[in-house]
Amino acid sequence: MAERRDLSRDQYRRRSRRSFLTGGAAVAAGFMGWRGVQGSPADRRIPGVLRDVHGINESIWSSLFREDHLAKEFAREDASILRINGRIGIDNEIDLDRWQVTVQGPDGEEWGTHTLADIRALPRHEMTIEHKCIEGWAQVTNWGGARFSDVIDLYADRIGDDITDVGMETPDRRYYVSMDMATMRHPQTLLAYDMLDQPLDDAHGAPLRLATPLKYGIKQLKRIGVIQFRREPGRDYWGDRGYDDYVGL
Amino acid sequence: MTAILEPHEAAPELAPSPADEPYAVLKHRRGTRWMHWINFPLLTIMMWSGLRIYWAEDIYAFGILDWEWFKFFPDWFNEKLGLERKLARGLAFHFSFAWLFAINGIAFGIYTLVTGEWRELVPDRRALKDSFGVLLHDLHLRKEAPAHRGRYNAAQRMTYSLIILLGGLALLTGFAIFKPTQLGFLTAMFGGYTMARRIHFAVTIIFMLFFVVHLLQVARAGGRNFLSMITGYEVVGGGADRG
Ligand code: HEM
Repeated sequence: MAERRDLSRDQYRRRSRRSFLTGGAAVAAGFMGWRGVQGSPADRRIPGVLRDVHGINESIWSSLFREDHLAKEFAREDASILRINGRIGIDNEIDLDRWQVTVQGPDGEEWGTHTLADIRALPRHEMTIEHKCIEGWAQVTNWGGARFSDVIDLYADRIGDDITDVGMETPDRRYYVSMDMATMRHPQTLLAYDMLDQPLDDAHGAPLRLATPLKYGIKQLKRIGVIQFRREPGRDYWGDRGYDDYVGL
Repeated sequence: MTAILEPHEAAPELAPSPADEPYAVLKHRRGTRWMHWINFPLLTIMMWSGLRIYWAEDIYAFGILDWEWFKFFPDWFNEKLGLERKLARGLAFHFSFAWLFAINGIAFGIYTLVTGEWRELVPDRRALKDSFGVLLHDLHLRKEAPAHRGRYNAAQRMTYSLIILLGGLALLTGFAIFKPTQLGFLTAMFGGYTMARRIHFAVTIIFMLFFVVHLLQVARAGGRNFLSMITGYEVVGGGADRG
């Protein structure tokens, strides 16, 4: 592969002609490739090729995922009340006293309902973690709530290996997320009812919301109305609007 | 200093080179050329998609309270380049082309080590002093350029080595903020998520400055130097501008 170290005038002429032809072809190929990416049929609002690469990224990082690998925790003093960024699905009034969460099986059949008292009766866990927004800000905050894995345990006899995903929706069904089961089993995935030891206020997702440092905020559904155990991923509000479905951190 | 200020020797009149003397010498190997030119669009795409991400939360400004005296990118800039309200697409491009950028960058690193090209790039002890001389020369403040010891002048050695290191830094901080839990050791190495993100952004700004400086440096070095990155060979003798 050693290249000749020096050339005569004729050799140089020949070589530079060849280089320019190759270079021109490479530029044309690159340009066509770029147009190909941009023009590939859209898959939920982004070029299909890029959606496929999101899928490849997901399979790489989900296969490296370990349920016992924890996100960094911070000192309690560093925690502050979380900035409010979205009100989709929670901008209408509800009667918190009558609120219940419905748990469904894969075919939409009802498995059970729970009041806030039921969830509070599960062991309480607290975490001070860094909440990350996909738009580019991060903030340390403190959550208190039940581990989602304890809810999984309540339905252990009905949850087989075929259950791979969990869908969640607000009571008005206007905001919805799809979560992978591995993240839902993780000890830092909570059904949170407290922030900094105070019950959640409306804007933060009262009475019960999802909180996990393993996903961006777009996945941490506020005011949970329905939880569905599923055999395949479900609809996802921001995934359907061009974002990655996995957004695992 | 005296050496630098020595009067410039008049260039000897170059006789037309005899037929058996080289007309052009190898300057950039084939691998270097390919990877250099592949990197150009990839880096551009990474910066462009990165700025679409940045637009969603453009926090790095300097100012006091509500009075902002410096903002990185003015609105007309964002508008012209189509950076506004494109976060989802920005992320999709960023996380796809990141792999190509990484593969090309790592391949270049290995290639440079294996071929021994790195010796041409790494600055030595005199480089800092000499690169100042080159700067003065480039700014027309000094007549003669310090000698090239090897293929690149001292200022080029400094910039090119720095930019390769920065490429590595963009890659590492990128992964540190891409998977801050799964790659938590990396994130911790950079002082946490927020710090890693700041470095990631700062590197981007330096890349943008580099683009400008690099183009000026190349323009100053002349057309034969530029052509050598395409053909691999630089024409020597025959009145070539070797500045
Ligand atoms: C030449 C290389 C690169 C350049 C110029 C670049 C540039 C940028 C810029 C300007 C931002 C926005 C920064 C901000 O809003 O604070 C960004 C964000 C980001 N970059 Fe890069 N980047 C590069 C390589 C990478 C690589 C290799 C990865 C690894 C996967 C990566 C992952 C990320 C992530 C995860 C974000 C934040 C996304 C978010 O929080 O929504 N970058 N990049």
